[in-house]
Amino acid sequence: MATQQTRALGKLAVSPSVLALFLWMIVPLTMTIYFSFLRYNLLDPNPACSLMTPGQLADEANRCLAGFSNYTYFLTDPAFFKAMGNSLKLVGWVLVISVVGGTLLALLLDQAFYGRGFVRIMMIAPFLVMPTVSALVWKNMMMNPVTGFFAYISKSLGLQPIDWFAHYPMTAVVMMVAWQWVPFATLILLTSLQSLDEEQKEAAEMDGTPPLSYFWYIVLPHLIRPMTVVILIETIFLLNVFAEIYVTGTAGRAGNLPFLVYQYGLIANDIGGASAGGIIAVILANIVAFFLMRMIGKNLDA
Amino acid sequence: MARKVTTQRKLIVTALAWAIGLLIFFPIFWTILTSFKTEGEAISLPPKFLFFDWTLENYGVVQERSDYLRFAMNSIYLALGSTLFALVIAIPSAWAMAFAPGRRTKDLLMWMLSTKMMPPVGALIPIYLIFRDFGLLDTRGGIITVLMLLNLPIIIWMLYTYFKEIPAEILEASRMDGASLGKELLYVLTPMAIPGIASTLLLNIILAWNEAFWTLALTTKDAAPLTQFIASYSSPEGLFWAKLSAASTMAIAPILVLGWFAQKQLVRGLTFGAVK
Repeated sequence: MATQQTRALGKLAVSPSVLALFLWMIVPLTMTIYFSFLRYNLLDPNPACSLMTPGQLADEANRCLAGFSNYTYFLTDPAFFKAMGNSLKLVGWVLVISVVGGTLLALLLDQAFYGRGFVRIMMIAPFLVMPTVSALVWKNMMMNPVTGFFAYISKSLGLQPIDWFAHYPMTAVVMMVAWQWVPFATLILLTSLQSLDEEQKEAAEMDGTPPLSYFWYIVLPHLIRPMTVVILIETIFLLNVFAEIYVTGTAGRAGNLPFLVYQYGLIANDIGGASAGGIIAVILANIVAFFLMRMIGKNLDA
Repeated sequence: MARKVTTQRKLIVTALAWAIGLLIFFPIFWTILTSFKTEGEAISLPPKFLFFDWTLENYGVVQERSDYLRFAMNSIYLALGSTLFALVIAIPSAWAMAFAPGRRTKDLLMWMLSTKMMPPVGALIPIYLIFRDFGLLDTRGGIITVLMLLNLPIIIWMLYTYFKEIPAEILEASRMDGASLGKELLYVLTPMAIPGIASTLLLNIILAWNEAFWTLALTTKDAAPLTQFIASYSSPEGLFWAKLSAASTMAIAPILVLGWFAQKQLVRGLTFGAVK
C-alpha cells in the first residue's frame, strides 16, 4: 500500500514529465490555433501580427485578423481535396495490404521450418529502414523505368517497363510505404499467434479440424484484437507520412495532407493557412486517436 | 505431446518462406550489393549478381564528398542524447505510476499517450518559428529536445509496463530500511529493471535514428543527421547508384543490427503494451 509520503513523492517524481509534455502539447497547439485566425505571411514586410498586443491587433484588425477565412481558403483549395484523397488512399491501401499480408506472413512464420530466425529477420528488416533511404532506393534502383530492377524484369518477360513515379505515383508510394509497414503488422500478429494456447492447437489437430476452419474459428478470433491495434497504430503513422513524398518528389500528384501543410507554411510562407491546415489534420487524427485510446484503456484495466 | 511435422511438409514450408523472405528483403540486399559495384556495373543490364569487380571505392567517395561521418555523428548524438535525456525524467515518472499510483494515474497515462497522437504538422509552424526566433534551427540541442519530447510517452509507457512486473514488496523493504527515494531508484529499482530499461533504450534509439519529419524540417547542415544526408542524395547524385547505395547502406546498417536484437521490444513499445 502506498503511504501518504510515497504518494507525495510520486507526484513530485511525475511532475517533470507531465510539465514537459504539457508544454510540448499546449504551447504549439495554442499558437497554431491562434495563427490560424491571423493573416500572417512571412514575406509580408509589415510588422508581424503574431507578436502584437491585443490593443495593436484591434487597431490593425483589417490587416491582421482573418476570422475563419484561412479555414475556408484551405478547405476550398482544390489542392486540399486532392491531398485529403491521397491521404485516405495511402492509409486505406497500406492498411489493407499490411493486415492481409501481415496475417499471411505471420501464419507462415509460425510454422516450423529451417532457418526460421533468419527468415524472420529478413521479413522484419524493411521496418527498420530509414524512410528517406527506402524512398530513394525504391525510386531509383527498383522503379527507374530504364535501368531499375522492375524494368529489367518487365523486359525479360517481354513486357513494356512501367515508369511508376511518372504514371502511377500514388501506386508507387503505396507500394513503398506498404513494404515498410507490412513487417510491422507481421511482427505484431506473429507475437500474438505465438501466445495462442498450445493445447488448443493440439486439441484441434487431434480432432482432425481442417486447417481452414481451424483458422476461421480459432486463429482469427484470437487475432482480432492485435489486428485492431495494428490498424489504429498504423493509421496514426500513415496519416503522417512525409519523408517518402518529400524525397521522391511526388508531391504534385501523391502529396498528402501533411505535405500540403508543409507547402503552405515553409514553402509559400502562408503561416495562417498552414496553421488552419494543421488544425484540420489535428482534428482528423483525434478522431482515430479516440478509438485507439479506448482500446488501450480497456487493456489497462485487464 | 510434441506436434509432429512431416519432413516433406517442413521442406515445402522452408522453400516458400525463404522465397518470400528473400523477396521482401531484396531491395535491401540489392542496395548493399550495388554499393560494392562500380557506377557502370550498377546500372548494367542484365544486373550483375556476384560476378563483378567488388570495390570499396564508393564508400571512400561518399565519405569524402558528403562527409558521412559528420552526419553519422549527429545521428548518434541525437538518438543517444534524446533517449538518455528522456530516460532521466521518465524513470522517476514510471516509478511513481507503477509503485505509488494515485486516483488519476490511469488518466495521466492515457493523457501522455494522447500527446503522441498529435500530428506533427499541427505543431510544425509554431515550433519552426520558435526555433527560428531563438536561434535553435539546425542545432543539436534543439532537435534533441524535440526528439526527446516526441518519444517520451513511449518511453514512460514501456518502462511502466516493465516496472509493473517487479514486486512492489522489494522496493518497500528497501524503504523500510531507510533508503531515500533517490537511492531506491538508483540501487534497487534500476538494477532490477535493467533488461526493461535496455529494451526501452534500444527501441527509442531506433525510433530517433529513423525520425524523418522533424529532422528534415528543422535541420540543414550543422545538426543534420543521416535522414538529411540521404535526402541530399535525392538529386542529382541519386543518379549515381553505387554511391547512393553506399550512402544508404551506411545509414541503415547500424539500425538493422540493433533491430536484430530488439524485435520483441518493438512490439511491446509500439503497441504501448497492448500486445506483448
